[in-house]
Amino acid sequence: MRGISTRTLVAPAVFGIAALMVWQLAVTVFNIQPFVLPGPINIGAQFEQVWPIIWAGTLVTGGNALIGFIMGAVAAILAAIIAALARPFDELTQPVVTVAAVIPLVALAPILYAMFGADAETSRQLIAALAVFVPVYLNTLRGLRQVKPVHRDLMRAYAATPWQATRTVTLPAALPFLFTGLRIASSLAVISALIAEYFGGPVDGLATSITSSAAGSNYTLAYAFVLGAILLGLAFYCVTLALEKLATRHAPLPPERPAVGR
Amino acid sequence: MTRARPIILGAVGVLLIGALWELYKAIAPATGVVIGGVTVLPRSSDLAMPHIATMFLRLGQPVLGDPGSPPLWLAVLQAAGFTLGIAAVSWVIGVVVGMLLAILMQRFRTAESALAPWVILSQTVPIIALAPLVSGFGSQIPGWQDWMSVAVIASYLAFFPVSIGALRGLSSPEVAHVELLHSYAVGWWKTLVRLRLPASVPYLVPALRLAAASAVIGTVVAEVSIGLEGGVGRMMIEFASASSGDPAKPFGPIFGAIAIGLVSAGIVALLGLFLRRYRRSEATS
Amino acid sequence: MTDAVTVSAVGKTFAVANRGTVVALEDINLVVAPGEFVSLIGPSGCGKSTLLRLIADLDQPSTGTLSVFGKTARQARTDQDYGIAFQQAGLLAWRTVAENVELPLQLHRVAKPTRRARVAELLELVGLTDFADRYPDQLSGGMQQRVAIARSLAESPGLLLMDEPFGALDEMTRERMQNELVRIRHETGAAVVFVTHSIPEAVFLSDRVVVMSPRPGRIVDVVSVELGGERGDEVREASAFFARVSAVREALHGAPAKGVRGVENR
Repeated sequence: MRGISTRTLVAPAVFGIAALMVWQLAVTVFNIQPFVLPGPINIGAQFEQVWPIIWAGTLVTGGNALIGFIMGAVAAILAAIIAALARPFDELTQPVVTVAAVIPLVALAPILYAMFGADAETSRQLIAALAVFVPVYLNTLRGLRQVKPVHRDLMRAYAATPWQATRTVTLPAALPFLFTGLRIASSLAVISALIAEYFGGPVDGLATSITSSAAGSNYTLAYAFVLGAILLGLAFYCVTLALEKLATRHAPLPPERPAVGR
Repeated sequence: MTRARPIILGAVGVLLIGALWELYKAIAPATGVVIGGVTVLPRSSDLAMPHIATMFLRLGQPVLGDPGSPPLWLAVLQAAGFTLGIAAVSWVIGVVVGMLLAILMQRFRTAESALAPWVILSQTVPIIALAPLVSGFGSQIPGWQDWMSVAVIASYLAFFPVSIGALRGLSSPEVAHVELLHSYAVGWWKTLVRLRLPASVPYLVPALRLAAASAVIGTVVAEVSIGLEGGVGRMMIEFASASSGDPAKPFGPIFGAIAIGLVSAGIVALLGLFLRRYRRSEATS
Repeated sequence: MTDAVTVSAVGKTFAVANRGTVVALEDINLVVAPGEFVSLIGPSGCGKSTLLRLIADLDQPSTGTLSVFGKTARQARTDQDYGIAFQQAGLLAWRTVAENVELPLQLHRVAKPTRRARVAELLELVGLTDFADRYPDQLSGGMQQRVAIARSLAESPGLLLMDEPFGALDEMTRERMQNELVRIRHETGAAVVFVTHSIPEAVFLSDRVVVMSPRPGRIVDVVSVELGGERGDEVREASAFFARVSAVREALHGAPAKGVRGVENR
């Protein structure tokens, strides 16, 4: 929007470093106990120390998020294509998806644990898939409806077949919207896979580790796991952001207001 | 007819989901389909998937066996009211903080450059993972109660869409309009009140809706992870752990959670109606 | 030789939500000869764009018949007997200039080497050879419109339909584009139906100017221009040019004389 200047890079970096320093300083000066708030240096040291355990937890939670992301995204894209082609399907689905967007989907976790077994990761993957489905479906469907009248006229003037028109005009116009949906969904996948762990299931992911270390009064360790979760979220976001940038280099117009945020 | 159509079709859609549930239950094996140790298709036993009728009948029966126990629907309603209350407080805090931050970022470019990336970044990472730790932090403050910890987490989730939406909205007036007010020798505050705030409404209303959904999700999840009693989140966990003998019971708080989501979305939609004269430019989508 | 376009007694009514119907066109009769340049001019709402869309088979007439090179409009569209350009260039943002020009050839399964050669030829024609690999967002409005014109010429159509293609351009660019269109049209020999609301533009480009009036849309006058085939900027300052401009202006503003008349009657 305003281009990359020193301000856009330096200002946030300065702010971030200053915040970390204030945090550390406050912890040191006021001698704040770890069960209230550990300092960033201690968290970092703890993170390094227990890295193998954090990595194992990250693999479990990240794996659930990734599987859920793929399942949800594929289902959402297929459903959006069907909805774009068949109006009755769209009309039936729209209210249900609109409702799904405003309710806490993670509330379904207890049922899913009963249906798929509390000892399996399936329920967590499904929660992530459900959370991913909503923004990907809504954004893709909106993208598929982005064809400009002038392009539609052009395709008709060329006597293009429906498939030619879809491939030439509809899909490329939908792509930026699809990727916006995927970018929003990538964070949701991690967050949902994580919070599904609070609702039960096997004790092996990052969130279960956070609660168990907090319950064991090992707060610095809990924060180290939180740091792991943050890095996992960042990794998902950055990968989808990079894919989005790659796919939309010559996008017609980036979607200003995504169909659904988070 | 045209106005009733989406409602009718939505109802049909919900009925279809119910029909699929019963159909699956009727034809699938009770133990589900297990391939290589992984349950690919869910178990369809009464324990895992109770009949829909059972779920609703259960709502009318008492929570516990002992006399004087209130019916389940009443307990769920009370819990949902409790959760909705926390979510509402969180929403208000989130909206106020989000708006103030947006105004700050709109006013000072340096503030935008310094804060905006962190605001966006902070939402891509699962801050909700902090929920179990916030109560430890709060316990140091005299008079701090657990529900406040829940509200802190939920309002954190709610503030993000507001700050981003409001910033976009406050920056949305055309240069011509800003210059017009400049030519009237009007200051920053009046420009904000007369131009920027009204112009931001079309961006703000969807943001408020998202914030409401986020506040509800944040409240339910934080109730679970902090272990706060009284709301639907905790109720879900309690009933689920006791579900082996009473499989329809956990559906009560789940229906409650869905109802909270719908009610909060409805309230925001109502708010949008009051603001509709500021939304004439808004696309129908 | 069959006429490029024959429009007989065509009418078009649109249904407007809650307000019944609007008569966009009424009793339109028009013949465009092969190689002839005809402009449609008139105020907003006179149905000139609608008439063009009927010829292109983008809409269907409510009454009357249309033929393009002796076929139905639909058949002519299927056979790709015309090329079309709109007010918006309508380029695909994700395709380069060359790929945009190539689009109709690709859709109609023209072999790749032929396509390449034809695109190079067309870019040469519109003077954009050096911009073949640019993307539309890297071009000025005038250049984008030139790409759109090259695209409309891709399949060497005998008829070119243009809906205010220069409407969004500034005056200088516009006159340059008009000069180029005169040259291109001379080189290709295609008939052109050109919608505009600029009187000098219509006169400069056309063999005949069809003047239309709104509510309901109908033809009120046809002005023959007769300024010769290859026109350059010098024509814009010729007194004959000004005389035709006045004639079209009078027809537009509802001059006393009714019915069809040529400039020679004055």
